[in-house]
Amino acid sequence: MSILQIEHVTKQFGSLLANDDISLELHQGEILALLGENGAGKTTLMNILFGHYTADAGVIKVRGKPLQAHSTDAALKSGIGMVHQHFTLADNMSVLENIVLGTESLWSAWSNRSSAREKLNGLVDRLQLAVDLDVPVSSLSIGERQRVEILKALYRDVDILILDEPTAVLTPDEVDSLFQRLRLMVENGLSIIIISHKLNEILNISDRIVVLRHGKVAGEVKTQSVDRDELATMIVGHQIDRPVVETVQHGQVVLSLNDVTVVGSNKSKAALRQINLVVREKQIVGVAGVSGNGQKELAGLLSGTLKHDAGEFSFLGSSLKSVTPRKIQKYGVARIPEDRHELGVIGEMSIAENFLLEDLGEPPCWRAGSVINSGAVRQRARDLISTFDIRCASSDIPVSLLSGGNMQKLILARNLSGKPRFVLASQPARGLDEGAIAFVHSQLLQARDNGAGVLLITEDLEELLQLSDTIVVVNDGQLSDPMDASDLTVRQLGKLMTGDESAQSPPSLASNTAPQVDNSNAI
Amino acid sequence: MRFELREQTPWWLTIGAPVGAVLFSLLFASVLIAWAGEPVFSSLFLMFKGGYGSSFALTETLARATPLMFTGLAAAVAFKARFWNIGAEGQLYCGALCAVWLGTGLLELPPLLMVSVLFSTGALAGAALLLFPVFLKSRLNVDEVVTTLLLNFVVLLVVSYFLEGPMKDPMSLGWPQSASIIDAGVLEPLIPRSRVHSGLLFALAASVLIWWLLRYSRWGFETRAFGINASAAQHAGVSANTTILHVALLSGGLAGMAGVSEVAGLKGYLTLDLSPGFGYTGIAVAMLANLHPIGVIVSAVFLASIYIGADSMSRQAGIPSYIADIVVATSVLSVLVGLMFARYRVWLK
Repeated sequence: MSILQIEHVTKQFGSLLANDDISLELHQGEILALLGENGAGKTTLMNILFGHYTADAGVIKVRGKPLQAHSTDAALKSGIGMVHQHFTLADNMSVLENIVLGTESLWSAWSNRSSAREKLNGLVDRLQLAVDLDVPVSSLSIGERQRVEILKALYRDVDILILDEPTAVLTPDEVDSLFQRLRLMVENGLSIIIISHKLNEILNISDRIVVLRHGKVAGEVKTQSVDRDELATMIVGHQIDRPVVETVQHGQVVLSLNDVTVVGSNKSKAALRQINLVVREKQIVGVAGVSGNGQKELAGLLSGTLKHDAGEFSFLGSSLKSVTPRKIQKYGVARIPEDRHELGVIGEMSIAENFLLEDLGEPPCWRAGSVINSGAVRQRARDLISTFDIRCASSDIPVSLLSGGNMQKLILARNLSGKPRFVLASQPARGLDEGAIAFVHSQLLQARDNGAGVLLITEDLEELLQLSDTIVVVNDGQLSDPMDASDLTVRQLGKLMTGDESAQSPPSLASNTAPQVDNSNAI
Repeated sequence: MRFELREQTPWWLTIGAPVGAVLFSLLFASVLIAWAGEPVFSSLFLMFKGGYGSSFALTETLARATPLMFTGLAAAVAFKARFWNIGAEGQLYCGALCAVWLGTGLLELPPLLMVSVLFSTGALAGAALLLFPVFLKSRLNVDEVVTTLLLNFVVLLVVSYFLEGPMKDPMSLGWPQSASIIDAGVLEPLIPRSRVHSGLLFALAASVLIWWLLRYSRWGFETRAFGINASAAQHAGVSANTTILHVALLSGGLAGMAGVSEVAGLKGYLTLDLSPGFGYTGIAVAMLANLHPIGVIVSAVFLASIYIGADSMSRQAGIPSYIADIVVATSVLSVLVGLMFARYRVWLK
């Protein structure tokens, strides 16, 4: 029996046809996966379903009855709940308060907490969503917060639950436990739509898959009848050439950190404590870890925006006392920041001007180190746009109009075109679609093959295992000994990231910890 | 209602936004004029005639526009880097005080040199006044809006002390005013028997210079980048403290030059009513010009003509000259709305 029908929904924004005659059906008690690249129309469709946008044409029916358009209230009342990728919880309030928030009339004199608690305890028992209702949300882990978000939706008696990228922030174990609970919910009569980029997970959890491409339904399949590669081809519309990773011989030491401590913003506990790290030429070292364990500080230190408070930080054999971004750039460090909007680009400046940001004052784009050479700037922009295949109308449009993938290409072009000695890549593929991810990965591998040492900080464990030669795990401000990437599995890494001692850690590469001990493979 | 960033703003919208804002503010003023019981069109015509209608009106408008260009540039430069200097009024008086201190006989140089020295020392004095707010901001994160604004009152009291005390002109019959600037330091009138003086040329030159600096120099690039996205600029290697310091010194210097220009060009001596709020009106000038240094010239002339025209209108019709303040205020508010339309396409659903 179908509980939700989306029929011929069309939505146009200016010249962009975001949803083009989309029809799909959700059956009672199934998990339907919605797949597609960024900009394929998933978010628009969900926004129409939820009443944020009005469709230009088409109808949505819940249990056979048409849903009132452009009303979030109507969507909620007809039993649709949504868990967003970015949590919408008030950190300073308790779990119970967060869940009850917005469900009670503004005019009722007091809130009925005891009946809410009773109802929630019923839900918690039935679906094994154990969480303490009385602690503030700020004290919860990411996985627990997601449980609260789900409870918040279920508390409103929904029978259709939409999950937008629910696993993006979870460790493998947390993903497992989330999926167990989703299955339990479906057994209890819920119907679920799950939106995700991670194909393996979709293949694992869903019953049926609908793929959107360029605003149209590109295909609909039963999950049992497809494999990963077929799915990827359906999403992109053509075969993707994934970069082939070949191991190469590492060269001499580029970066070494010796007992380095970085205090960071929290004065009571240093963000990084006495860490040791070595990156060699032609080596990709991956840093795994749950976000917030010191990755940001490590990236800050290597970008020159944070200072180290103790220990020895040396580049190419010379020890650095204090660093600035300029000094770091002079050492040939290419930096791909974690948050491209916040740190990578200046949105309201043009593409050509954003190319100027690295190497401020260096020729040929600057005359005498202080005057812009417009001709050279335009020439450089043209060259980089064509070499890195940045899709844009011209180099004069503001960068904020570029898609995420093209913005990242701009950052790569600016940083990698100058033959760097060391590349710091923080979450380089976050939020990008399959095609752009393949491009970013091939660029990183090419930089390595050209002789750069690469430090890859990412939460995507598959990406990490695919690209890295060596992996270190950061946990609570401390780095593990380096491990050979080929000895590790996603599951082991997940355990190490959460500091689980029972994980069988593979033998560490002791010879790699100290720069003075030369790797036997070194050239 | 939904907003969508335009790929490129068409040129007619860039010009159209401030023009539309000005038209809207005149429309709003018309309603008030009608309310006051005066004929709308002839009153507006009187205002226009008072601002532009004769050579006397034109020269008066240009004379009034001169200090507004300096203070408008001061605000535009600072706001580009998101440094909210609200203290141009105080910096103006600092520059003026310095000019009368050096220019009333302490220093005697040939005319051209004398004028240059007065302008540069006045600029230094205005810039120096901002050192304290900059220090507080970069060391202790104190909001510069508060410190620069409050310093205005401190400076006015200091000027008042000097004019009542050590700098009081003995020949002034007891009025709190300074002695006159010596002839070598006076800015010559550009047109005989008018009040337009060569300070206008300095203001125009400053506008062009600052436009060039912002557009082509490394300092300008870093300032713009820092103003739009400070964290990305810092990540790229722009130093926050240095950028703020340089911007503040330039902004204070320009405001200080407004004071020198008024004292040495228009009044000849310093009194406590040297500026009828030029420092604050400079903010309106900068906003109306969308912080564009060349636009500052146009918007300074326009706002000056509104003040001059409204004065003239109030003498001939029964409308208070405060109408000028209303026109200025509504045009600044509506230009903000206009600029939003220029940057975004607006969809009604």
